[in-house]
Amino acid sequence: MTKKLKKRLKKIILGATLFLVAVLCNNMVALVEETILGLILFLIAYLVIGGDVVKKACVNIAKGQIFDENFLMLIATIGAFFVGEYPEAVAVMLFYQVGEWFQAYAVNNSRKSIKELMNIRPDYANVLRNEEEQTVSPEDVAIDECIIIKPGERIPLDGIVIKGNTTLDTMALTGESMPREAQEGDTVISGCINLNGVIQVRVTKTFAESTVTKILDLVENASSKKAETENFITRFAKYYTPCVVLSAALLAVLPPLLLQQPFGVWVYRALSFLVISCPCALVISIPLSFFGGLGGAGRAGILVKGSTYLEQLAKAEIVVMDKTGTLTKGNFAVQKIVPAEESMTEEALLEITALAECYSNHPISVSIKNRYGKEIDTSRLTSTEEIAGFGVKAVMDGRVYYVGNDKLMQQINVTIPDVEPIGTVVFAALEGKLLGYLLITDEEKEDAKKCIDGLKKHGIRHIVMLTGDRKEAAAHIAEKLGITEYHAQLLPADKVTNMEKLFANKSENGKLIFVGDGINDAPVLARADIGIAMGGLGSDAAIEAADIVIMTDEPSKIVKAMDISAKTLRIVHQNIVLALGIKFLVLILAAFGFASMWAAVFADVGVAFIAILNAMRAMKVPE
Amino acid sequence: MIKTYILEDLDCAHCAGKIEEAVAKLEGVKKSTCTLLTQKLVVDIEDDKAAALSAEVKKIVKKFEPDVEVIEK
Repeated sequence: MTKKLKKRLKKIILGATLFLVAVLCNNMVALVEETILGLILFLIAYLVIGGDVVKKACVNIAKGQIFDENFLMLIATIGAFFVGEYPEAVAVMLFYQVGEWFQAYAVNNSRKSIKELMNIRPDYANVLRNEEEQTVSPEDVAIDECIIIKPGERIPLDGIVIKGNTTLDTMALTGESMPREAQEGDTVISGCINLNGVIQVRVTKTFAESTVTKILDLVENASSKKAETENFITRFAKYYTPCVVLSAALLAVLPPLLLQQPFGVWVYRALSFLVISCPCALVISIPLSFFGGLGGAGRAGILVKGSTYLEQLAKAEIVVMDKTGTLTKGNFAVQKIVPAEESMTEEALLEITALAECYSNHPISVSIKNRYGKEIDTSRLTSTEEIAGFGVKAVMDGRVYYVGNDKLMQQINVTIPDVEPIGTVVFAALEGKLLGYLLITDEEKEDAKKCIDGLKKHGIRHIVMLTGDRKEAAAHIAEKLGITEYHAQLLPADKVTNMEKLFANKSENGKLIFVGDGINDAPVLARADIGIAMGGLGSDAAIEAADIVIMTDEPSKIVKAMDISAKTLRIVHQNIVLALGIKFLVLILAAFGFASMWAAVFADVGVAFIAILNAMRAMKVPE
Repeated sequence: MIKTYILEDLDCAHCAGKIEEAVAKLEGVKKSTCTLLTQKLVVDIEDDKAAALSAEVKKIVKKFEPDVEVIEK
């Protein structure tokens, strides 16, 4: 709690006590309401509680600002004094102040907790200069300098580990609780926390260019891209107050004149109108809900660049996804091992290919070696010869093996079976006879299916996969994930053309989302209504081009973002209906004399209170 | 160019709206956004008008919220 808030709270408590005393005196002494003593007691309580409101109202009127909330409260309460409702006059002021205090408290609190969520700014860097360790501000470290990061410290700048190994906590950036390994040669990202080992890092980016600065800038500027609902509320508030005040004025004057009724009753009703005339509940709770939603998303490793995107996400109609790197891992894995005859086991076939390919660093070879997983006994190899574009010829245990693609097999006159080419096929042959083949495909991510299913659950019927990959490979992944529409063998420029076609199919209010890994698809990310970049860690281009950045590699986070969007909007709508509903209800009741000023106070402060509590729920990420 | 101000101790949603509107009406301002929750005022202004902005912003903020401190970022 800030000093200012504490001071205000003390004043409220003191005022409330005085108010209680005044009420008790009034009842015990059974003084008639209009007595001077009663009036004085209530006036003292009133001034203690609402002194600053009175002062502000006067100052603002002097500056030419009417319809200011302070002014309205002043009129409402003074009016209540004049019609002899002393306790109500003080109570209205008291509750108004309590409401204002609570609003400030809630805003302050959520501001603080979101700041904590995003508390990733490193305070210092230990830089090695002239073989000596110096502690300096991260801004003062230049590229190629060496920094030392000890356990428990935050990595201040992006760089490459040159000495030592450790595990890193990336939670604050990715929402991922699993620590990440980092060893010599690995790139490390600023903002992560070093957990156990001491590492030396060669800085590759200045602080201003580092990931942590980019993310913080993004989060801090997020609120300037406001959602439509927010703008609507601002506009609404502008007209609401004058309208209610005007109707209050009419209510006070017209019925008594036209119906020849006493002024007191109608003035009292009009005063209730003034109490309800502040749109505080809406004006504060709607932005607070969006703010909470953005904060919650940030904690889940989803950076949303403005509440407008959170709002638009709920209107998603078409989701276009890139294949490689988004739905698939972008690395290859052995899917199937098919020996040609029964005498050959899968393990033996895998061993032969792994041995033959052992000197190659081609991604395909790497995937075979990964699958093999064991130490390769190179002593069995006499020689290997790479036949570029075809495969490898290897002499192993004194025999000549050929391992490679279909063209290689043709060249050495080995007949091969028809294999559905959904990926890369590696054949192995020995002395003119086929031993079998391995099927290697780009693996889909573990949660890719979950992502597609989740999107469908969110009512998105139109999911399109775009890829530069071969048609068969695309068909295979699409079928596996349950995607019905895909376009394969696309060049980057074709992707934009495809998007334009999809735009033409879209309904007017529906939104088109593009999800890519941020590499080579910046134009598409920018063209889409909402561009989502995956694996934002370390990819500046993605962070800049996209509207939403998913910090991890998990496509299922898109569904999470939609969950957060749906929840936030639900809260926003609840608050609009609640606040407006109760206000209008009480306005009508008050106009006909069924609602007292107490009900009006509830419609103002009570509703704001409930709406704020409701808005704070948005910060919690749905499971 | 974009100029950012921190409005310290701003805690009234209403006033944020009013400040935003008043700043938007200043000469050369293309867009102004005042956000209560981040206590920030972000102004997009034509480059040649930017020099006088800070003084104007301070005047506006003082008018609506005398307790708020304007810090230029």
